[in-house]
Amino acid sequence: MSQTHTAKPKDQLDAEFSELYRAHLRDVYSYAYYRVGDHHDAEDLTEQTFLQAYRHFERAQRESHGRPLRPWLIRIAHNLAANLYRDRSRKPASPIDDTTPLSAPHTTEQLVEGRDELARILDGVRRLPDDRREALIMRFALGMDNREIARALDRSDGAAKVLIHRAIKQLQELVSEEAPKE
Amino acid sequence: MNEALPNFELLLREALAPVEPPADLVERVESALQAITEMAADELEAWELSAMRDPRNWVRPAAALVLGGTAGTALVLLRARRRSRVTRQRNAAAAGAASLERSAERALRDFAQQARKLIDRS
Repeated sequence: MSQTHTAKPKDQLDAEFSELYRAHLRDVYSYAYYRVGDHHDAEDLTEQTFLQAYRHFERAQRESHGRPLRPWLIRIAHNLAANLYRDRSRKPASPIDDTTPLSAPHTTEQLVEGRDELARILDGVRRLPDDRREALIMRFALGMDNREIARALDRSDGAAKVLIHRAIKQLQELVSEEAPKE
Repeated sequence: MNEALPNFELLLREALAPVEPPADLVERVESALQAITEMAADELEAWELSAMRDPRNWVRPAAALVLGGTAGTALVLLRARRRSRVTRQRNAAAAGAASLERSAERALRDFAQQARKLIDRS
């Protein structure tokens, strides 16, 4: 039995892409920023991600069967980031340049302690293997659940869950190794 | 370390707080998407069918076809939003134009590569 697909009108597709773009620009940028480690590369990566997404949007919609497209977007960014590293044959060029993206008010003491601890955590995140680092970015920066992470990384739900668990455990060990001795 | 364990995921969430994209990136992405679509339409209008007989002329119209076929009538909503900002941005027109040009060049280069691949395959 053959299946036929009715193409959507272009203006509808465009409106839906606009919706997707507005809903996930921050997600893609946050992923790119934590993944590549600086704002300039993150901007380029974000731009390229949406340009590529635009080209394949209709097909992605057709094949998503109504599931959210955020994992597909992040997967595009993931592939582009991998290409970036392959082309440059390098890891992130510089440390993540802003280690205090905090918006909630803190006392001075809390802020100083918090910065130190957050800086150690970010440093630990950078030292994780790529797949573990990416899983943590997706979970904690983007708030993706196991199923979304699994789709973005092309793994099973169970494998994604294990990956996150191991990533957190390894990160805790790294952070505790770096913690100041009392 | 164990004492910190219950708080660790909270700290991780704070450390990896979402990052707001800079305003100029928003402009840049919207401009690039718009430029792609408009260039596709312009290219298609500008090229006569007779020019297609010369393979040296294939890349640009092929890129336009790829873009036009995929992008269609462009991002209507994005364009509307962008136009609403034009008045506010007049003072920054020179910088904006340069940025748009760079975005467009980058986008065209990218898609021209894709077009070449399509031509090579056919």
